[in-house]
Amino acid sequence: MTKAADPKFEALLRLGDNTLILGHRVSEWCGHAPVLEEDIALANTALDLLGQTNLWLEYAGEVEGKGRSADDLAFLRDAWDFRNVLLVELPNGDFGQTIMRQYLFDVFNRLNLTALTQSTDQRIADIAEKAAKEASYHVERSEGTVIGLGDGTEESHRRMQDALNILWPYAQELFITDEVDDAMAEAGVIPHPKSLQDAWDTEVRAVLAEATLEVPVAHFGHRGSGKDGKMHTEHLGHILTQMQWLQRAYPGQAW
Amino acid sequence: MSHPSTDQVWDWLDSIPDPEIPAITLTDLGIIRDVGWEGDTCIVTVTPTYSGCPATSLINMEIETALREHGLERIELKRQLSPAWTTDWMSQRGREKLEAYGIAPPQPAGGPEKCPQCGSARVEKLSQFGSTPCKAQWRCNDCLEPFDYFKCI
Repeated sequence: MTKAADPKFEALLRLGDNTLILGHRVSEWCGHAPVLEEDIALANTALDLLGQTNLWLEYAGEVEGKGRSADDLAFLRDAWDFRNVLLVELPNGDFGQTIMRQYLFDVFNRLNLTALTQSTDQRIADIAEKAAKEASYHVERSEGTVIGLGDGTEESHRRMQDALNILWPYAQELFITDEVDDAMAEAGVIPHPKSLQDAWDTEVRAVLAEATLEVPVAHFGHRGSGKDGKMHTEHLGHILTQMQWLQRAYPGQAW
Repeated sequence: MSHPSTDQVWDWLDSIPDPEIPAITLTDLGIIRDVGWEGDTCIVTVTPTYSGCPATSLINMEIETALREHGLERIELKRQLSPAWTTDWMSQRGREKLEAYGIAPPQPAGGPEKCPQCGSARVEKLSQFGSTPCKAQWRCNDCLEPFDYFKCI
């Protein structure tokens, strides 16, 4: 970021990039999930996330005012312009790790969207109203699956515990805040991420306890955050090479 | 300049099948929120079922094609997100047609009332997700047939 960008544009990118990158990751399972029902469920979840992305990035482009469409923002930015948290760009790992990441994100997404329905920005409130319904049934499924696998067989339990150990520190980044969050929360455009933390923590810990999983004591260990683009893992670039190659190789191609 | 009445346009829209579930029409589904005229432009307001539903752009194209076939030249499609679409807006006729087609209609209780094939109430959920974003997979424990349930949102 060379100069201070419009905080609303930044906030919208954070919303849209989280769902875009997670949606892309989840779609990688298409045709590979352990059973057909899970394959369909993952593909449907990815589709919802990409639909939400379209609404967020379309509005981000309008707020920016440079004529960029949702597609331009998704396919023509480079890694340092992305504003997603690192949690969503991590490789899928095994099925358990994918579901654990989904659960940790889904609860945040539902809480965030529910609060966003009260945004002082009507367009944001409208998008959130639509997306919150989808996030609710995403949580229902990922929560049930986390419990089923955590409190499952010896092997499924071990895999879910491993997944939680890897992902728990990354989930903490959802509540790291900066001046964009402060300014937008002050203006009533978004909820302050810290205001969601207690509800997230309480709900997630209760479910993990039911899943017989132990929450690790760990904090987000990276020096920078994906939220302002100063920090991304090496994995994001690999996602972009896959996601963007067609628009890069054949600019302007349309479906 | 005279133009067809909004009732007439509603009638035309009422004959457009949903591209994914052709047993019901777009008006049965409750996604057409408004029809009106601004000068000689016909404005049709449509709300998406699910934000990622791939049928959305196809639905818009079908509305436009159908209205053009009826001689309308200036058509504008507006997207309305709020209030968000709910299965409460599905017409009674639509619900009956869904069931006759083999898809259990949405219920406020959150699950199908009965198997659309044999009518048994002994049904169980297989997965919250189905062949389209709007459906879940269920199974009947009497006739043992799997069936689609139109999710209630």
